[in-house]
Amino acid sequence: MSTTGTHASEHAAHGSHGSLRSHLVGYALSVVLTLVSFGAVMGKLLPPSAALAIIVALCVAQLIVQLVFFLHLGPRKGQRGNSAIFACTVFLIAIVVSGSLWVMHNATLNMMPMQSIPAAR
Amino acid sequence: MSTTLKLRADAATTAEGAVIHPHGTHADHDHGHHDEEVQSRLTLGFWLYLMSDCLIFAVLFATFGVLVNNTAGAPSGRELFDLRFVLGETMLLLTSSLTFGVAMLGLDKRGKSGQPGDARHVVRWLVLTFALGAAFVGMEIYEFRELLHEGAGPHRSAYLSAFFMLVGTHGLHVTAGLLWLTVMVHQIQVFGLDGTVRRKLACLSLFWHFLDLVWICVFTIVYLREFL
Repeated sequence: MSTTGTHASEHAAHGSHGSLRSHLVGYALSVVLTLVSFGAVMGKLLPPSAALAIIVALCVAQLIVQLVFFLHLGPRKGQRGNSAIFACTVFLIAIVVSGSLWVMHNATLNMMPMQSIPAAR
Repeated sequence: MSTTLKLRADAATTAEGAVIHPHGTHADHDHGHHDEEVQSRLTLGFWLYLMSDCLIFAVLFATFGVLVNNTAGAPSGRELFDLRFVLGETMLLLTSSLTFGVAMLGLDKRGKSGQPGDARHVVRWLVLTFALGAAFVGMEIYEFRELLHEGAGPHRSAYLSAFFMLVGTHGLHVTAGLLWLTVMVHQIQVFGLDGTVRRKLACLSLFWHFLDLVWICVFTIVYLREFL
């Protein structure tokens, strides 16, 4: 089989739903990332100061893997629309989540300690 | 509006299923990209719905993050959760994402009769996806029952309320996905793999993969974080 032939058949198999290989690669990467996060936490291998940052980084890595391999997001022409809408949503999510956490954290810090009110009288 | 959508759906079928391509090899080279474009236009509305669903989960995650320390004397997650159990749930959902992907590949195949799409392949893998999804929901129901049995129900503390709300909403989504799966298997058997069925399958596939994405955040933030 000539090189062009392989190329063409690869394209044909790579329809709108991805190819078997891309699904398997996405699955393998996801399994590895999942096992690394669980293994690191269950084996207590993480330095306490950076533990949260590391598992969140692994989480984000797996989200990207699945977005690319399963949901077919990316910069190519047919994917651009969905990718742009998704980017806007991520922006909104960041505002909602970080805003809530920040505001409520400040509220907790500045709240009058309830137990000490009767004691102060 | 609906006529346009219908026309586009038909156009998609022809593009995917044409035995003799009108533009010959030239267009064949661009086949994948063209399909992808048509596909993303067909599922644009559903994608927008998924993004709003994303915001629902974002709000639930924010609530959970705010209330995570408010255990009010009730047991914390560390005393309640079993990570090996959660790893099992994760693997079930992750594998079901793969089997759904494999099912969708059957749409690009040729069936035995030369028809576009191999309906038997699609149905077989969808049934397997259903089994894995149902096992996931079963494990979650079992986990919730155990928690209630231990007296750690949603009424015990703000933390547990937020936990049941977030994980329960995800579980309800998976259950809705299971219902939709049974409907789609039935529709494939009645209508075959026509344009409308293909479009609905593409939407369901997005929905199913999206639930797996949400679960990644759930197991990291809700479960793993407890054991740091």
